[in-house]
Amino acid sequence: MPVKSSLREMKRRSRLLLSALLFMSMPLAVSAQKNSCVECHLQMDDALKAPAEGFAADVHKQFGLGCEDCHGGNPAQDDVELAKDRSFKGSPERAKIPEFCGSCHSDSATMRKFNPNLRVDQLALYWTSRHGQLLKEGDASGAVCTDCHGVHGIQPSNFPKSQVFPWNIPQTCGRCHSNAETMKAYGISVRQVDDYKQSVHARALFEKKDLSAPACNDCHGNHGAAPPEVTSIAFVCRQCHSSAGDLFSRSPHKEAFDSLGMSECEACHGNHKIISPADEMLAGGQNDICLQCHDAGTEPHQTGLEIKRRIDDFVASSEAAGKLLASAESKGIEVSEAKFKLQDSLSSLVLARNLTHGLSLPEIETSLGDGAKILAEVMVSGEAALREAKFRRSGLIIATAFIILLALALYLKIRDLQRSPKHQR
Amino acid sequence: MKRRDFVNLFLGGSLLGTVVSFLYPVIRYLIPPRQAEAVAKKVVAAKAGELAPNSAKFFRFGSTAAVLVNTADGELRAFSAVCTHLTCTVRYEGDSGTLFCPCHNGRFDLAGNVLSGPPPRPLEAFEVEVSGGDIYVSRKG
Amino acid sequence: MAGLGEKTKAYLESRFEISAIREFAGKKKVPEHKRSFWYFFGGICLFLFIIQVLTGILLLLYYTPSVDAAHESIQFIMSQVKFGWLIRSVHSWTANILVGVIFIHMFSSFFLKAYRPPRELTWISGFLLLVLFLAFGFSGYLLPWNELSFFATRVGTDIAGVIPVVGKALKTFILGGPEVSGATLTRFFWLHVAVLPAFSLLIMGIHIILVQTLGMSKPIGIGEAKEISFFPDFILKDSLGWLIILAVVGAVCVFLPWEVGPKADPFASTPLGIKPEWYFTFMFTTLKLVPAHIFTIEGELLAVMGFMLGGLLLMLVPFLDRRAAREKRSPVFTAFGLAVLVYIIVMTGLTYLAPDIGK
Repeated sequence: MPVKSSLREMKRRSRLLLSALLFMSMPLAVSAQKNSCVECHLQMDDALKAPAEGFAADVHKQFGLGCEDCHGGNPAQDDVELAKDRSFKGSPERAKIPEFCGSCHSDSATMRKFNPNLRVDQLALYWTSRHGQLLKEGDASGAVCTDCHGVHGIQPSNFPKSQVFPWNIPQTCGRCHSNAETMKAYGISVRQVDDYKQSVHARALFEKKDLSAPACNDCHGNHGAAPPEVTSIAFVCRQCHSSAGDLFSRSPHKEAFDSLGMSECEACHGNHKIISPADEMLAGGQNDICLQCHDAGTEPHQTGLEIKRRIDDFVASSEAAGKLLASAESKGIEVSEAKFKLQDSLSSLVLARNLTHGLSLPEIETSLGDGAKILAEVMVSGEAALREAKFRRSGLIIATAFIILLALALYLKIRDLQRSPKHQR
Repeated sequence: MKRRDFVNLFLGGSLLGTVVSFLYPVIRYLIPPRQAEAVAKKVVAAKAGELAPNSAKFFRFGSTAAVLVNTADGELRAFSAVCTHLTCTVRYEGDSGTLFCPCHNGRFDLAGNVLSGPPPRPLEAFEVEVSGGDIYVSRKG
Repeated sequence: MAGLGEKTKAYLESRFEISAIREFAGKKKVPEHKRSFWYFFGGICLFLFIIQVLTGILLLLYYTPSVDAAHESIQFIMSQVKFGWLIRSVHSWTANILVGVIFIHMFSSFFLKAYRPPRELTWISGFLLLVLFLAFGFSGYLLPWNELSFFATRVGTDIAGVIPVVGKALKTFILGGPEVSGATLTRFFWLHVAVLPAFSLLIMGIHIILVQTLGMSKPIGIGEAKEISFFPDFILKDSLGWLIILAVVGAVCVFLPWEVGPKADPFASTPLGIKPEWYFTFMFTTLKLVPAHIFTIEGELLAVMGFMLGGLLLMLVPFLDRRAAREKRSPVFTAFGLAVLVYIIVMTGLTYLAPDIGK
């Protein structure tokens, strides 16, 4: 059963939630009602003050909810004993938090009153997750709602300040998952976040601010978070990298991997520390990954070597073309047209590199062939540019030679005139 | 030859040489270059009737790649072929009637709008004009 | 052959009375002394101006003064038109060299006190030519419509807007609107190829006639000096200088052709380190360094007024320097001139050596 793009679905709904929130929060301006909870707690110290301070920015407040809606009590009463009346629940036990939040968030009738677009299956999903399972077994140190979402300053997940906004997620997960003490009991490595930070996906997310780049939840799930099984890793990656996936499925590797029970993309690219693939990963390269399974000298490895050779040749040609253009440019010749063409040729290189997943030498050759045609044109332009540079220099030499001769002639003429008898007047 | 005559001859000769080496570039400059005009505001993307319905042709527009699409209904549309996610070149997918980017599965409809995937912005749309047997593409506005 | 030459001379003589001019030209003498080297710089200005007119006329053939096509036409000239790279590079390089030579010509005339009577009008017309050529440089710089020129124009016109009373109106008139736009481009083009050339030719004509009529000024203290005839001796020496400059310009254009640059994008943010052309940088750096307020008056305003006052004084120096008018040495004015020169050099240097000073 294919994993539906529920992650994408969630993001889209979050976007709808944002617009809904913005629309609804306007008429729901908080009326100046008596709130003794906040008044008293603001006068306390640190740990007891924090909830009142943080709640001012909380998304629940924007929907007109107050302390009493979760904790009970009577905020109209100044006297603390009267305020903490029979309905007062206090703060829930850690193990009871999922149900506590779920009491509203799993009830579609309730949620419909505030935001009909919000999902109500988070709690159900949570129980399927590793965190939820731990809790069911009685271990309360697995993550609960407040560990990821915060507690009194909860932001909608599509606000950049939210702890679960895409580029904050690695840090949020990392609070436990990078902590050796916390993870010791479970025997889980704590390298994931550090590995992830070195990956291409992290660079896209943190540096380029590309929100479509995956963070922890895109591969592991949100509320139903669990490590993907071996067979499902490929589907997870295929959500964005479908063309590489299709090529892989067409290739001899697919059957081999399936029969060996090997996870597809992960075998060569890793899982958290997915770095930019390089030509050196191909057969015969410095980081030859094919050797993990194939012996050197066998037919598959030989094919791999052929593939790498084609690609290396193309890269060498395009570098030569680039150098040629740079040399012409340094001599002052305009080569912007040719430089655009060179960029074009690089797209066939990108395609060819992707085609390596398909392991088909003929396909790769065809793709590179198209690029080679463009490169040939670039070389022609480059050579023409160098000829132009030579032409300019020789033209300059000729013109300067004439000028020097003329200057000499003038000088002689001046001397001649100065010496002439007419002058001696 | 008297000194005076030699100097005059030398002067005249070198003056002539210098003048010629200056006039030569100017005259070449004045002759119209092959590409008649500086700005190709309009580009001929294809000949009328060259494209079958539900097919596309890629061409260069200024300094970027562009695509001319003949929709299944026979309408001609042109867009920038540069995907707004990470600048890969999109492809036309006849089965779905969409422009698809193979790099990260971005998909655009035939109005340039993003249908799915990571692209953050729609594809820039261009004006298409058929005139005298040629299909011209130019920037909007 | 000789007969043809004689016949032509006679024909032209009866119609143009050339012999009168030849006699006048033949009589002209130029003093020769240890400072007469500086006399050549005026002629060099003229020579470079002629180069600018010729290359400018050639560029007009392919250039289009519109936002959609200006940058593209320059790109076209640099890459498609035969020798377009040469014509355009000569025009751009010569423009800068010309302004430099104008400054040399002006300062040398100043220090040699060539502005003494009867040459006051020569000096004033020369000063006006300086202003006109700075305007040439400023207007021409925008025409390629690249990033550098767009923002340099914006910075420059912002400064013009600071002038009290007329500043805002002046800025709007120059820009053709509230900000640098297509209207500015057409307006600068109008100035650059029509208005400024017309005025320059007029004032240059006056300047040259005055120089020819009054002859070369001799520095104070030099009595009888050796004299050479203007035609052909001085002219030939002049030509020698011009030839050398021509060779230098040619070499520079082949090895350092002028760049096209990225097209201007009015919506982009100002690139870091933007500055006007080098001959305006001394004013630019002064404005960066001047404190925000001096005795409640805005610092920038004070600086701009200071420059305008300075220019006015410079123009009126023939009437202010009484001692020189009496053929006496006037070290005070020399010292002032030296101070101004040093200031300009230091400020210009600072712009490039310490670009981060000031704001």
